[in-house]
Amino acid sequence: MARLIALGAFGDLLPLQVGDVTCTEVVRETLFSVAPYRGQQKAVSAGLKTQLGLTLPAVGRRRAAGDVICQWIGHDAWIVSAPVTLDGLAAVTDQSDGYATLEITGASVEAVLARLVPLDLRSATFKVNHTARSLLGHLPVSITRTGPQAFEVMVMRSMAASLVHDLQEAMTGVAARGSA
Amino acid sequence: MRLRNPGQTVTFTFDGKPVQGVPGEPVAAALLANGIRLMGRSFKYHRPRGVMTAGSEEPNALVTVGRGAAQDPNIRATVLEVSDGLEVFSQNAWPSLRHDALAVNDLLSPFLGAGFYYKTFMWPASFWEKLYEPVIRRAAGLGRLSGQASADCYEKAFAFCDLLVIGAGPAGLMAALTAGRAGVDVILADEDSAMGGRLLREVEDVDGRPAAAWVADVLAQLRALPNVRLMPRTTVTGAYDQGTYGALERVAAAGAPVECFWRIVAKRSVLCAGALERPIAFPDNDRPGIMLAGAVRAYVNRWGVAPGRSVTVFGNNDDAHRTARDLAAAGIKIAGLIDARPDVQVTADYPVFTGGSVTATAGRRGLSSITVAHQGGTRVIQTDCLAISGGWNPSVHLTCHMNGRPRWRDDIAAFVPTPDAIPGMAVAGACNGVFETAGCLREGAEVAAAIARDLGFTAEVTLPVAEARAYAIAPLWEIPGKGRKWVDFQNDVTTKDIALSAQENMRSVEHMKRYTTQGMAPDQGKSSNVLALAVLADLTGRGIPETGTTTFRPPFVPVGIAAMGAGGQGKGFAPTRLMTSHHATVAARAPMIEAGLWYRPSYFPLEGEVSWRQSCDREVGYARNAVGVCDVSTLGKIDVQGPDAAALLDFVYTNRMSTLKMGRVRYGLMLREDGFVMDDGTAARLGPDHFVITTTTAAAGQVMRHMEFASQVLRPDLDARVLSVTDHWAQFAVAGPRAQVLLNTVLDDQISNEDWPFMACGTVGIGGVTGRLFRISFSGETAFEIAVPARYGESLFRQLVAQARTLGGGPYGMEALNVLRIEKGLLTHAELHGRTTAFDLGLAGMVSAQKDCIGQAAASRPGLVDPARERLVGLRAVEEGRRLTAGAHLFAKDAKAVTANDQGYVTSACYSPTLDCYLGLAFLKNGPDRHGEVIRMVDHLRGVDTLAEVCHPVFFDPEGGRARG
Amino acid sequence: MRIECPHCGERDRREFYYVGDAVALARPAPDAGPDAWDDYLHNRDNPAGDTNDLWYHEGGCGAWIVVSRNTVTHAVHRTKLAQKAAS
Ligand SMILES: [Zn+2]
Repeated sequence: MARLIALGAFGDLLPLQVGDVTCTEVVRETLFSVAPYRGQQKAVSAGLKTQLGLTLPAVGRRRAAGDVICQWIGHDAWIVSAPVTLDGLAAVTDQSDGYATLEITGASVEAVLARLVPLDLRSATFKVNHTARSLLGHLPVSITRTGPQAFEVMVMRSMAASLVHDLQEAMTGVAARGSA
Repeated sequence: MRLRNPGQTVTFTFDGKPVQGVPGEPVAAALLANGIRLMGRSFKYHRPRGVMTAGSEEPNALVTVGRGAAQDPNIRATVLEVSDGLEVFSQNAWPSLRHDALAVNDLLSPFLGAGFYYKTFMWPASFWEKLYEPVIRRAAGLGRLSGQASADCYEKAFAFCDLLVIGAGPAGLMAALTAGRAGVDVILADEDSAMGGRLLREVEDVDGRPAAAWVADVLAQLRALPNVRLMPRTTVTGAYDQGTYGALERVAAAGAPVECFWRIVAKRSVLCAGALERPIAFPDNDRPGIMLAGAVRAYVNRWGVAPGRSVTVFGNNDDAHRTARDLAAAGIKIAGLIDARPDVQVTADYPVFTGGSVTATAGRRGLSSITVAHQGGTRVIQTDCLAISGGWNPSVHLTCHMNGRPRWRDDIAAFVPTPDAIPGMAVAGACNGVFETAGCLREGAEVAAAIARDLGFTAEVTLPVAEARAYAIAPLWEIPGKGRKWVDFQNDVTTKDIALSAQENMRSVEHMKRYTTQGMAPDQGKSSNVLALAVLADLTGRGIPETGTTTFRPPFVPVGIAAMGAGGQGKGFAPTRLMTSHHATVAARAPMIEAGLWYRPSYFPLEGEVSWRQSCDREVGYARNAVGVCDVSTLGKIDVQGPDAAALLDFVYTNRMSTLKMGRVRYGLMLREDGFVMDDGTAARLGPDHFVITTTTAAAGQVMRHMEFASQVLRPDLDARVLSVTDHWAQFAVAGPRAQVLLNTVLDDQISNEDWPFMACGTVGIGGVTGRLFRISFSGETAFEIAVPARYGESLFRQLVAQARTLGGGPYGMEALNVLRIEKGLLTHAELHGRTTAFDLGLAGMVSAQKDCIGQAAASRPGLVDPARERLVGLRAVEEGRRLTAGAHLFAKDAKAVTANDQGYVTSACYSPTLDCYLGLAFLKNGPDRHGEVIRMVDHLRGVDTLAEVCHPVFFDPEGGRARG
Repeated sequence: MRIECPHCGERDRREFYYVGDAVALARPAPDAGPDAWDDYLHNRDNPAGDTNDLWYHEGGCGAWIVVSRNTVTHAVHRTKLAQKAAS
């Protein structure tokens, strides 16, 4: 009989601090992608409201109810951090282990991300709970602002080490400039 | 010579000798302060050269910084800031800067003019590569690379703003201040180490204070605005589509990246790039000590450095007089002011020669005297610095980066930008032809206020009081007379070269440029292009507007590949994808090989094994005789759900998936629309509207894109959702006669051959974790693929491997996997290489004619179903001990191994330990009709020439009984 | 170059995969005959001026997009989801 041990996506690569910026792993036990079938978006939203207490957020947004988040992750697709039943309304797929997620925080966090992400992340345009699909270096990511100096980055789990490598290089470069 | 006490100093070296510099000043200023005028040798003739400008446009004073791996060539001494311990070397001189052996080229100059190389080295052609080019390359050129990998670090970065202000002179400062105060999000970028532009180089008042004090005050105000970002040492290098700009930042902090290449996205921009002075073509105008007049003034006013003790000034415009006045006021002797204009009124206490010109210069390694023609006679003036001004060229470069052409203005004898040449870019100040401070301040403020209002802000224009003075010029390009008159100092182009070009009918400015190499050096002719085309215009009698300019292209200053490609070296080159078994695999000393972005084990060596073949043969034996375990998580896994999921799969696969039963798996083939095979894989039906399909490792991204294309573009009528689940599942192949025994050691509920027949799939429990089990085989053996959520992957892999070992098996790598599949004639991208069809692969039967699918129509084209096509066969080596090799070509047994006789090629080959023979998969003309024929296989690269028997591509267990168990 | 994704807004060109003329939207019937298929697969205009092409927001939301732009001025006139353009 097997006894399986669960391991984190980042191994011992996190937490990581360079200068005033820190990366820590974000652990969510479950993640399900939700892709509504044609014309079912309202029904899906209602189903989520009943089951999780939140509705589908708009494109490019995240919504939270307690610990549960629901986040837009691409063309006609969202991800929720709790199991849902939406039979006939949406494609629901277990993605609990599909992603590695970290939070990056600190005074220079925007400067660090500016080295890697071709997105306008200025606080006036990219506000808390705004989320975007983009690239971080060569990595496809979902990036969400979680605070004035905090972002969450989701990447395909197999690329976790590359994400940490790229961030560490950018963090090192920014830190070496001193307060810039 | 320093004009004031420098205070604190730093020490750097120039060609090994210590030199004192003042923090913040450029190396060129420090060298001049120490009386060093000779700074380098020229590109082609190895002429002694000194600094000519005081900015990034410098053509002459190129130096090498650092040594060994840290060596960086062609750095402009005018922008390189001095620092303690900095090592600076002159370049293009041997054995020394003062005594350069290749200066002999200068004596040969009558033979080395424009077109010389084209005409001289034409014959014989074979000499070019071996003789001419190496010799020319040694003699010509600028600095040298070290050839070693540099440890220097570079960066690239993105920035966004409402308004990008390019240049922080009077216009730029006022633009940034006006927009910044209005609340606009502003980036102010300037290439100098200190912002202020010309105001730091002039003696004048702004708002009742010295200009530099006003600049400091404005910068303090800008720093206090949270919506304004100052980027000093940052040259905007290019203007691109949709408001994107490139910019190169020289980072000053020690230990930080050397340079950062920025992509700045701005809703609007204002170009305030100023103007560049141009030289005059007179004989021997390139001696060290001959500099542009504005630069001489800058060294005096800004850095307190006198470029000479006895200075002469030669110009055709009012601004030249300013240089003479400022230098005289600083206590420097003015040996003469020569103004080519006859009718200028000047009162000064130094000699003035109106209507005069400089006709000759002297001094071997530095200027010692000039000859002035004046009022019909000539006189020689002793001088060690000649400040020349042929007028000012507005820096229109960026406005021309999107095909715009500047227009000529006669009144200032210069090109100015054409309005709106770059969408969203406005122009203000000297780069727009405004050559006085008050006008620059006003234009900068007004342009910025208009932009701010456009963007919805309320903006006010408040102008400081400043100097308004007229700028008058009479065009002057070339002084008549004998001798070489340099135009492009960096590429050693003279007026004679331009004349030769015109004479040989290279009369278009673009032809002249390429024939003479005018403007093709790293400085891109910033100081020389307008002079060159004016000389050409005079020669052809066409006038300057008609002659036009050459094309201005980015980058405005040289940008190192290291900066553009920053982050792309080593691990930054491409993402690394790691399997959950990665650490356990590396710990087992398995050499890893790349498969797409993934790293997979080649083989798992055991103690005592000396070659990969030993390990591989053993691992093949695991699968054939016991049980082998292999991580196959790298295969793409795509979840397809929805009412029309089956219909979508019918559309993308050649065969029908809608008839697949629940809990069953089917092999599938995908075509491109042109009828060629794109990928193969399996589709498993997990529910009525739920499938999971697999792709090959390398094609996973392509297939995902293809599926989205099919779903969104070709068949939006189908209601189905596709989603990659590759990373969620860790999946392991368990193959061999004892596969089921092994699985039963880890599964919560025992499985049997009856419950899990060949091509069954379903859900299983593994230690309480829900996983998936697929009975599919890529080895021809009884085999399963077991999948668990990735967090449990490493744990399951370790347990499977440990159990396999107790059953006489173990893990296997890519080499064994490859042998197992070749023995069974199974395909990979070696065979699905983009030029093969289902017909070629013997899979024509898989293309259903009963339904439409991508590629079906094109696959039926006559040319793609011609029996004579190269089609899949097996090859079996017939000569004892002779191997077959992938990439080899096939010929009839007695034919000569030449292209005309080519019959096909080998795509995969291996030694089969199972059959004790070399096997190959190949594409052969009429292949399936030639089973039994012995053919010749030649690998010209590896020198293999052997015979092989053509056979069916399935070598082992052709009935497939083993997989069905 | 920047392209407006109908979902994501204006994004850098590096996020997109280019496929070519939006002729792909007009896929012939399976039995349309060799000429129609030859046109569809191989024959493309190369206009100096306005063009419609298909881009995939691969480094973004995964939407296929029809981009109307000018090959001379590089102006991007408008973009829409291929899914909507096609249906
Ligand atoms: Zn998008």
